[in-house]
Amino acid sequence: MSEQTALENAKVRAGAPDADQGGGLAAASTPVMAVYQIIFGIILLLIWQAAATWLIDPFFISSPTAVLARLWEWTADGSIFLHIWATLYATFLGFFIGSVAGVIGGIWLGVSPFVSRLLNPYIWAFNALPKVALAPLLILWFGLGIESKVALAAVLVVFLVFVNTFSGVREVDQDLIDGVRLMKAKRSQILMKVILPSAMSWIFVGLKSALPFALIGVIIGEMIASNRGLGYLVQRAGSEFDTAGAFAALTIIAVIAAILNELVQAVQSRLERWKVVNR
Amino acid sequence: MIELQGIGKTFGAGASRVRAVTDVNLEIKPRSVVALIGPSGCGKSTLLNMVAGLYRPSNGQVIYDGCSVSDVNTDVGYMTQKDNLLPWRNVLDNIALPLELTGVAREARYKQARELIRLVGLEGFEDKFPSSLSGGMRKRVSLARMLLYRPKTLLLDEPFAALDAQLRLAMHDLLLKLWSEQQQTIILVTHDLVEAVTLADRVVVFTKRPAMVAMDQTVDLPRPRDVREVRFTKAFHDIHNSIWDRLREEYDEDKV
Repeated sequence: MSEQTALENAKVRAGAPDADQGGGLAAASTPVMAVYQIIFGIILLLIWQAAATWLIDPFFISSPTAVLARLWEWTADGSIFLHIWATLYATFLGFFIGSVAGVIGGIWLGVSPFVSRLLNPYIWAFNALPKVALAPLLILWFGLGIESKVALAAVLVVFLVFVNTFSGVREVDQDLIDGVRLMKAKRSQILMKVILPSAMSWIFVGLKSALPFALIGVIIGEMIASNRGLGYLVQRAGSEFDTAGAFAALTIIAVIAAILNELVQAVQSRLERWKVVNR
Repeated sequence: MIELQGIGKTFGAGASRVRAVTDVNLEIKPRSVVALIGPSGCGKSTLLNMVAGLYRPSNGQVIYDGCSVSDVNTDVGYMTQKDNLLPWRNVLDNIALPLELTGVAREARYKQARELIRLVGLEGFEDKFPSSLSGGMRKRVSLARMLLYRPKTLLLDEPFAALDAQLRLAMHDLLLKLWSEQQQTIILVTHDLVEAVTLADRVVVFTKRPAMVAMDQTVDLPRPRDVREVRFTKAFHDIHNSIWDRLREEYDEDKV
């Protein structure tokens, strides 16, 4: 990352003399761009505030100050942490269960052509199903507590991870496998030392795209039937016509989603150093 | 002893059927160096794959040390045209891989791997990943990895084609030196007749596809050979020209 930033800085410096030619702003270094991004966000908030003051009834769109006040209120009485924790806990648990099941299933089917051909139509039929529609059934089976949220998150996650893992295992270079077989590799060694590392970038694509869905699953579950969690907050605020509360809860959800995304990104770049081509 | 008995190999079915090899009979003595040469795409690599047990022959059988090859032949080291290094492992771990698979402790396998890294002239690159190496360096890593576990037979499929002329000579030298120490059986597939005559005890010329043995020429140049000088001797020229006359027929027919 630091190398990349250095590179961008170098570009900016090299481009400095003709910075007035329009390419100057686009070539801004990462910290400068961050400043622009913050300024843009503040402008949006100001427009929102102005609209709520002079144009539109705040009953419908609330206002940044009201949302901030609400966030402060929730933080001050500590109630928000209960909800954040409930959502995060269910998200991670659902994500973990779904990922493990997806990776194991993907590898298993990836290395056994018979089973994958046998199950193929069923898997795709089930995959085409909008999984959110399973929510009522899951609540019936797992109750109103955290289990049904975890289950919904896991169901959403498992297919994304499964499909990507399966493709990754199928994409493994057969020549690499033949090569290690000649070196007396056992089946388990082929799996651990060739198939899994080779499929890792595919698995990561699956995990990365699945993490937001874990959050979505939990929040939908909370909106349908729950007494805690961020989804519950949104739902409650909506039913009470409390737009400030709804916006406040959405803000927290957005921040959590962004942090989760950064987390996966960091883990991936750590595990895939070999992909960086140093020339 | 490696015996190919009436080997035939057909790929695909129906209209897209391709006969890669038909009725090849060869006996390869232990500790000999045999070069297989012929037009490209004629099925030489297919033969190596069958000796390695990666392909089953459609007809005939491969007998290796008295046993028919029916599964992967772990007695052989196989260096294919692709280097087949694991891209997520650095040079040291790639070379040490065969020992890792057989359960040799980390320190011991690194020690042996480092010796081979020195031998193929890659000191200082132990921590590099294959993606940051040149094609020639990757070939040397792949060679070192194969030599590490001391297979009794080496199958080399155009191993030096991607190297520049100087490096290729150095690798020929290294190969002959290792061979005189370890006395492996070597089957070498190549396009380069000079390379074939320089290294081999015997050069087998194949026809274009489907591959059949067109000529089987013994190379009785004395050993040890100096890979830089041997090509300028009269004996070398005579052998080279007699093989070249036969080989040219295969290429000439191609043009018509």
